[in-house]
Amino acid sequence: MSAAFEMRGISKSFPGVRALDGVSLRAEAGEVHALVGENGAGKSTLMRVLTGAHPPDAGTMAVGGRPFAPRHPLDAARAGIAVVTQELALLPDRTVAQNVFLGREPGGWRIDRRAMREGARAALAVFGEGHGIEPDAFVRDLPVARRQMVEIARALSRSPRVLVLDEPTAALDERECERLFLAVERLRGEGVAVVYITHRMAEIQRLADRVMVLKDGRVSAAWDRVPAPGEIVAAMVGRELGAYFPRRAEGAGEVVLSVRGGSNAALRDVSFELRAGEVVGLAGLQGSGRAALARALFGVEPFERGAMALGGRPFAPRSPREAAAAGLAMLPGDRKAEGLLLAQGVGDNGLVSARAFARLLGRPDRAPRADRARIEALFRELDLRAADLDAPVATLSGGNQQKVIVARWLAMGPRALVFVEPTKGIDVSAKAGLHAIMRDLARAGAGVLFASSDLPEVVGVADRVLVMREGRLAGELPGGATEAEVMAVATGVVPGLGRAA
Amino acid sequence: MRVRAGPGPVLAVSAAIYVGAILLSGQAQYLLPENLVSVLGRAVALGLTAVGQTLAILVASIDLSVAALISASAVLASVVMDGDPAMVVPGVLAVLALGAVVGLVNGLLVAKARVNPLIATLGMALVIQGGLSAVVSNFAGAVPPAFQLLDQGSLLGVPAGLVLLLAVAAAASLMLNLTRFGSDVFAAGGNPEAARLAGIRTGRTVVGAHVLCSLCAALAGLYLAARLGSGAPWIGRDGVYDLESIAVAVIGGTVLAGGRGGVWGTLAGVAVFAMIDSLFNILGVDAFAKQVFRGVIIVAAVAAYAAGTRRLVA
Repeated sequence: MSAAFEMRGISKSFPGVRALDGVSLRAEAGEVHALVGENGAGKSTLMRVLTGAHPPDAGTMAVGGRPFAPRHPLDAARAGIAVVTQELALLPDRTVAQNVFLGREPGGWRIDRRAMREGARAALAVFGEGHGIEPDAFVRDLPVARRQMVEIARALSRSPRVLVLDEPTAALDERECERLFLAVERLRGEGVAVVYITHRMAEIQRLADRVMVLKDGRVSAAWDRVPAPGEIVAAMVGRELGAYFPRRAEGAGEVVLSVRGGSNAALRDVSFELRAGEVVGLAGLQGSGRAALARALFGVEPFERGAMALGGRPFAPRSPREAAAAGLAMLPGDRKAEGLLLAQGVGDNGLVSARAFARLLGRPDRAPRADRARIEALFRELDLRAADLDAPVATLSGGNQQKVIVARWLAMGPRALVFVEPTKGIDVSAKAGLHAIMRDLARAGAGVLFASSDLPEVVGVADRVLVMREGRLAGELPGGATEAEVMAVATGVVPGLGRAA
Repeated sequence: MRVRAGPGPVLAVSAAIYVGAILLSGQAQYLLPENLVSVLGRAVALGLTAVGQTLAILVASIDLSVAALISASAVLASVVMDGDPAMVVPGVLAVLALGAVVGLVNGLLVAKARVNPLIATLGMALVIQGGLSAVVSNFAGAVPPAFQLLDQGSLLGVPAGLVLLLAVAAAASLMLNLTRFGSDVFAAGGNPEAARLAGIRTGRTVVGAHVLCSLCAALAGLYLAARLGSGAPWIGRDGVYDLESIAVAVIGGTVLAGGRGGVWGTLAGVAVFAMIDSLFNILGVDAFAKQVFRGVIIVAAVAAYAAGTRRLVA
């Protein structure tokens, strides 16, 4: 067999990050090559180098035996490399056929619509009979899973030699996954080299011929066969899968927040309890429903079914305001986009929630819980360092910005706090400070839930860890569980591991 | 396939109100075909401008300079022609050249210099209007009677202006639906990044849409010069062609964010406005009430589309 494409010694740095360090990847025609790694391991960067979106700092590439140095995604497309990413790049107001042939419509000056329709039909045929996608349907009318199939059909309509699928099953249900797997097998039979990026061990077992694991921008393991899931997970987290000793969370008070059977478009049958005095971690891979759960709790995208209680009272917020009024606080993951009023001062940012609940015609700074003295006291408590309360919040460091948001919610006296990615983009010492704050809040009687993609943080800080997979709570682990154990539950290697939550 | 919300309901409701109100007022003669045609005939300039505006909006841009360009085109036509039938062709060519240049500059500002389209075309409007006002202050020149046939002539009983509008709209519609450029317009407006990655030259597409938009406004200026017999530097501004062309495009279902809509919807929006004007004239209601009614129609139409979109998403 000949290499469909080969990447040798690829390195790529971004300011402050070495995203790829001497990575080599060789894909054969008629094979499925699984590419595995944690979020941020470098998988996507490697594929962006392959498509010319990022030129590499070092290393060479070859396609079909010839040197290949793409400078634009179109160069890669012309060389026969097709990539289906997770960010769907479809036009919702155009038809399936128009999307499949976007930018290279058949016919000359005047588009040959019949050829376009037939071509789209032919490209979709890879999904077998009854895929239910009409070339004339508008993409906006298709469910997400079908849109994914349209993306793949678009890639296939170029008759590529190499097809890269980046977590193609993230939005698919089981039946649709099966359809996709059959399509991948069919393409392999036709001699296409498939690079299949995934976290899911079951898919690797089912489809892959070879497996490569990236960790922190390096190849941490590569096999010319499909190893046992445990080996792959060990390579992903960089150490052996440890023994599992069940241990119960300790020292928690009464239940402050409970969820029973919570379900919506992104979540299925989520049930758990959060007790006063405990810090609970929420882990899971990207797209597992971590963020969706936080949004549902806070009424941003509420549960459609199920029941919640906060402080013993029924709790069914339809908006963030209702959630905040009931005593829940959420600290969003993207501080700049969702947390801060960047153009306003530190003090105003700290007071914004309390003021929002002040009387409509009352003086905002005289509102209960909204006076400057109180927010200053909270800032002092949190050891927030700002030149003065009127300094623009944008001038603070990430850690101090996060403290402003913490103070904002403390002014509300919440019973439970939900942190989303609390230490993302914060330096190491500030991280420790925030972990201490979360612990102090719990000790003062609040329930703290934090969703984080930083595994060491989750296992190191939490009293217990809820692990999500595909919109469900896949399991619960005690604090001090190893990263490998969390990863095993998150990827579905050990579905039964941990007490079902 | 699901039926997509189009301008049909808005047009149907407007037509029903129109017919009903006229019948109730006992003036059924206004429903005769020649009267209806004359109602639409009064909307030709707005229609021409709005077809062009639709193209600009489809690429997720917008053009606030059309009203000033209409004035400049009408004045340029009547000054160049100056009553001489031999100068009709040079006059028309001069106006079209002006439109092309204005559209090209607008397009380059938006697509290459990355100036926000509202600002770029507002600046262009001020430049054109200021330059025009510096040169002329009243009706200037005159178009020869032959050129006035563009308004007064007719083809098979249909006024020439309406024929021109329908021809331009048909050409624009065929271009949007059948050609590669049309496909690129929807792509560049719908998702510029996806379009770029698919190999579409989005910058050229935006520039092309702006050139066509300005050419349409130039045609509207020519038509108004024919209708009025001469051009004056305020006719575009008095017609509020900038904001009204945007309004009718939106009523017709073209989304301001780009990528969705079409010229027939825009013509439906023009027809809605024409019916409102006519109805208020027939019933003798004052003009302020008409403005209020137009405002309500615009907001109601957009709210209806938004509600339809939400339902589809949910």
